[in-house]
Amino acid sequence: MERHDRKLGLLSAMPLGLILVLSFLAPLVVVAVFSVMPAKVFTLAHMPDFSAYSVFFERGYYKSLLWSLAMALIATLALFLVCWPLAFGMAKVFGRFTLVLTVAVVMSLFVSENIRLFGWVLTLMKGGLFEGYFRSLTGIGFDSPLYNTGIIIFGLVYVYLPFMLFPLAQGISMVPDDTRQAAADLGASRWQILCQVELPLAAPGIMVGSLLTFVLAAGALAESKILGGQAVIVIADDIETAFTFGQNWPLGAALSMVLIVIIGGLALFGVSRIDLDAIMGRKR
Amino acid sequence: MKTSQTTRIALYVYGVAIIVFLYLPLVSVGFASISKARYLSFPIRHYSTKWYAEALRSDTVSDLLFTSLKVAVIVTLVSMVVAFFGALAFARYQWRFCSLFQKLILLPIFFPQTVLGLALLMWFNSVGVIPSWKTAVVAHLVWIAPIATLIVAIRAYSFDPALEEAARDMGASTVTILREVTLPLLMPGLVSAGLFAFLLSWGNFPLSLFTTGADSTLPEWLYAKMVSGYSPLVPTLGVMSVVGSFALILLAMSIGWLVRSVREARAG
Repeated sequence: MERHDRKLGLLSAMPLGLILVLSFLAPLVVVAVFSVMPAKVFTLAHMPDFSAYSVFFERGYYKSLLWSLAMALIATLALFLVCWPLAFGMAKVFGRFTLVLTVAVVMSLFVSENIRLFGWVLTLMKGGLFEGYFRSLTGIGFDSPLYNTGIIIFGLVYVYLPFMLFPLAQGISMVPDDTRQAAADLGASRWQILCQVELPLAAPGIMVGSLLTFVLAAGALAESKILGGQAVIVIADDIETAFTFGQNWPLGAALSMVLIVIIGGLALFGVSRIDLDAIMGRKR
Repeated sequence: MKTSQTTRIALYVYGVAIIVFLYLPLVSVGFASISKARYLSFPIRHYSTKWYAEALRSDTVSDLLFTSLKVAVIVTLVSMVVAFFGALAFARYQWRFCSLFQKLILLPIFFPQTVLGLALLMWFNSVGVIPSWKTAVVAHLVWIAPIATLIVAIRAYSFDPALEEAARDMGASTVTILREVTLPLLMPGLVSAGLFAFLLSWGNFPLSLFTTGADSTLPEWLYAKMVSGYSPLVPTLGVMSVVGSFALILLAMSIGWLVRSVREARAG
């Protein structure tokens, strides 16, 4: 039986394994090779000169990277605060309402993110849903909150909410009720229970949710383009410009590599510490 | 430990507020789609369905819908096959590289999709493939097939290997076991994985952005129009795309409910 399992395991991993090797790992290698090519070439048959990386510092591209990372960090912290009470409710308090919430949140994921962000533009713009009706009711208008850094972070919080909510809820459901009850019986305050029982025991969920939102938000593009109106140039925007208007693939590849190394490092760190069998409930 | 009544009520209110927060932008898009004016401004004075009529007449729109549909259908079918086997390797069989395989699957999900799309563009270019909707299928698969696999894997974890072993002891071949035992057991997971795959592909924009070449999917076109050269068809097509997705979900849920109640009626 064991030998059988080994052979079948390898065989059935083949299709997905092939897809990922051919269209995930191989492209990453190509990006790495492109990034060391001289400027403005479109093939790999050149002597590497690493010039694109010096441009990264000389032309201030590191600023976009810092903006992206900073906004992703703030959005992740905000999402943690926004999602914790809700995740707690979903795991411990709500009965059937958890199902309603899950369906509602998952369904929102199926709507293209740019349609939802565009909806915020229509809601918040001057003459939009809020300002327009407010002005027609009271006669007083107000400035639209669009096109600045704050609204980009708002957009990140909005788009990546499900990626924080579900891992958090999963993490909190792993905190045994008995442990919380015991802490309460022994006289722990609500705050002590949160800090010394719930947060440590829900740590795997917190880690997955935070990593996922941070990584996705750091590479996000649509939020700054649609809501931010270029108030800040994010790193993904620089990468896109290098490829399209700039026609400088090695520069785009070098910028991508910097992002990939940071994100990939975090993702590998997170993935290596997750015990999937435990999270997804192996029975054996 | 009991949660106090006040906290419970506060949490329910908070939950409802989050749902409102998630769907509010779609309400604005919905209003905008039935405004008669070419340049939208709230409060809307005149309502009209003329943009819907125009969208239905337009050849561009039907091309966009057809491209998106083609991509989504192929991604769905391939994902379901790949996810069936992938989930068995992930959750059922105990083999040497299992934990490495599990981790490899997670990496594309932990990866910014725009950058992944660009990496694929460079890769297609260096192996001499001209980007078109077909390369977009590959791009979608890199991200969607792992998600589909995880969904089927959840189902595969809850399945008792003794069922397969019993079939083998009775002399069934591997193919027979897969067809007669494993496939029916994983079917509910496969159906939801297929539904997820279709909807995620249908709405996906960052992966399509750089990988469709001269073709364009619906989300891509909407993005192009939002960033430059607004068209009053944007909210209309947005609503049509959303309504299409939600109708599919409702259909799937009601078919699921129907199948379950027929089974229960037969069993009882």
